[in-house]
Amino acid sequence: MPEYKDVIMAGFGGQGVLLIGNLLAQAGMEYGLEVSFIPVYGVEMRGGTANCTVVLDTRPIGSPLVYRPLSTIVLNEPSLTKFQPRLREGGVQIVNASLIDKSLLDASLSSVYLPANGMAQKLGNSKLANMVALGAWLRATGALPLKVVQKALKHVVSVHYARLISANSAALEAGYNFS
Amino acid sequence: MQSERRNAALRPQKGERLVFDASPVLNERPLHYCPGCHHGIAHRLVAEVLHELQVADKAILVASVGCSTFTYDYFNVDSVESPHGRACAVATGVRRARPEAVVFTYQGDGDMTAIGAAESLHAANRGEKITAVLINNTVYGMTGGQMSPTTLLGQKTTTTQAGRTMGNDGGPIHFAEILAQLGGVAYSCRCALDSVKHVREAKKALRRAFDVQIAGLGFGFIELLAGCPTNWHLDPIAANKRISEAMIPVFPLGVFKDAGQEGGGARHA
Amino acid sequence: MKKERVLMKGNEAVAYGALDAGCLCYFGYPITPQNEIPEMLSALLPDAGGHFVQAESEVGAINMLIGAGACGVAAMVSSSSCGISLMQEGLSFMAGSHIPGVVVNMTRGGPGLGDISPSQGDYFQAVKGGGHGDHRNLVLAPSTVQECYDFMFRAFALAFTYANPVMILGDAVVGQIKEPARRIPPKGALSPGKLRLLSRGWRIEGFGARGKNGQPRLLKSVYLAEGALAERNRILIQKYADMRKEARCEIEDTDDAELVVVAFGSIGRIARSVIRELRAGGRRIGLFRPLTLYPFPDAALRELAPGRRFLVLEQNAGQMVEDVRLALEGRARVFWHGVMPGLFIGANELEAPILAAFGEN
Repeated sequence: MPEYKDVIMAGFGGQGVLLIGNLLAQAGMEYGLEVSFIPVYGVEMRGGTANCTVVLDTRPIGSPLVYRPLSTIVLNEPSLTKFQPRLREGGVQIVNASLIDKSLLDASLSSVYLPANGMAQKLGNSKLANMVALGAWLRATGALPLKVVQKALKHVVSVHYARLISANSAALEAGYNFS
Repeated sequence: MQSERRNAALRPQKGERLVFDASPVLNERPLHYCPGCHHGIAHRLVAEVLHELQVADKAILVASVGCSTFTYDYFNVDSVESPHGRACAVATGVRRARPEAVVFTYQGDGDMTAIGAAESLHAANRGEKITAVLINNTVYGMTGGQMSPTTLLGQKTTTTQAGRTMGNDGGPIHFAEILAQLGGVAYSCRCALDSVKHVREAKKALRRAFDVQIAGLGFGFIELLAGCPTNWHLDPIAANKRISEAMIPVFPLGVFKDAGQEGGGARHA
Repeated sequence: MKKERVLMKGNEAVAYGALDAGCLCYFGYPITPQNEIPEMLSALLPDAGGHFVQAESEVGAINMLIGAGACGVAAMVSSSSCGISLMQEGLSFMAGSHIPGVVVNMTRGGPGLGDISPSQGDYFQAVKGGGHGDHRNLVLAPSTVQECYDFMFRAFALAFTYANPVMILGDAVVGQIKEPARRIPPKGALSPGKLRLLSRGWRIEGFGARGKNGQPRLLKSVYLAEGALAERNRILIQKYADMRKEARCEIEDTDDAELVVVAFGSIGRIARSVIRELRAGGRRIGLFRPLTLYPFPDAALRELAPGRRFLVLEQNAGQMVEDVRLALEGRARVFWHGVMPGLFIGANELEAPILAAFGEN
């Protein structure tokens, strides 16, 4: 069975879900996989969430859009409300404990509940919560080695923020090592 | 291009002396225009200017829609037809694709100032290095004499049968003055074709409208007040009279902008 | 040219493809969801010795394309649905005058202003010659970012081979998706020099460019003399008949298929995901994806007719299904399922209609 992975990443605009989506797609490509990344914009953004879908596969990718994902990264509550019911059986969701109440989690699903904002703050920059969450996703899904994603940072983070690459890298690692 | 007339009937016969010849930039096809129409004069002037500037071999004519659609049947230059009103946009594409060519449009008032107002204004505003020739005879000629944006107030046309009114139709549009306001326009003037004097002035102005293009100064524009005896229901002489007595008072002749001249105000008004 | 895979959007691939294929002029007017194309080319073309003009309208843009195309220069416009409607007059003129040019349509939802989500509602407008008179555009339908890149080469080659407008028909998914693509000219790509050669017999440039005995040329679509327009139309019809050999399609898993899904562009690739899953469950279903919508690959489709049923999936109210029925000439049963514009659809939405046509549910 060829290796297939998909993930919907969602959060408030500004939480950087498009950045980690791009990063994962770039890293997957550098790892030699087929990848697709698609942002969903328009009406859906008005609910306060931005989201994107990334698909990784060893075969050419069919649908870049996924209604029932194998995994999600949800950084805020509206995103959990929207995507938790769609998560596939046996899937996993990475849930931002800093902004989402634990009581909302569906106990029948596999969740990694980590305080992404709090952990990012400890690393000195609360904006790195997205990277923390992606790190946790990498651990939970085993989709790609952490190092491949860290290496891809330089192709995704704009030159203007190049000095922050090491901090992003540390945030990925912190999320990866969360238990 | 050979300058000798191929048609023997047009060459001087025994005992005759050639005192006037058509421009070699025009071919020998008989014009399809009505008697007294000024397109023939305007064609000749454009052809003479192209010949004098020695640019016919690199000229590209963008024809329009109206009586002037068939301009390209008479000019010995490369030509492309354009949809109604779009000549200045087509000329923009030609100019960008062939920077070394001399590009000109030849349009009537309906084509250029109504349906093609946007394309004309914006090509002018971008300073496209083209020359646009507007033949203003205050009516849609080919379709049968309907009102155009330049129709005079009170003028009876097939769509203003009691005469054009300000209240219902607005007033005549002054394209040369409008274009003169735009930064990309290097030259904008209005001339008339109703008298020998005016025709001579028009030739000089036309030359200037091509000069600014060739010098890379910007958009060259000339509006020529012309007669349409058929749709005006006048004989050619009365039509000429109408230009001088009714049109020129509304459409003053003159240079409204000349990027190469100090001031650039009205010169031969 | 870069040989390694680079992650890029479909719209970006269109821009790179145009540039690498030798496009020298771009004319356009902003409209979502295709703005990356003019934005990128405004930066890239001048450096490549080309021209970028932001037109005053789509009407202006298509007429600039007429001018540049008439000069035998590789040129393009891009827009979306309502903007393409405004270009239809120009497309008719181009077809009638034998003028080449490439038009990219990243379709949005309609009718009217509609929305900016994916849609295939412009199939008719692209394929049936949305403008006046009998005219046809060659139409290519990419579904991946690599195809966006590759099809630009093909579009310019076809435009110059047939002196005819070529439309790339994409949508918001195809334009906005990011995937790896390689910037390598695809097989059959024509060099800019070869494109110039193809235009030698008709382009305008000033007769002096054709030597001492150069004669004036005229490109036009008006034919008023008795019989002249009939003759012109006969030439055009012959040209459209010649184009038939350019029909292309992608066929997957049809050998044993009882049901063949026919879908193009983004819906074509989304359908592939469902078909893979359903085949894994033992259902014999195949995919027929037209790569050219005009000419429609009808002969290849007709070959599949014996013993099979067909399901047309498209994101509109039923457009391509007409061409599928015409192609099959009543030899097979044809089902249709339309997804409405205004939705980003995933593979799951296509499962039920496929199963229904397969004979389950």
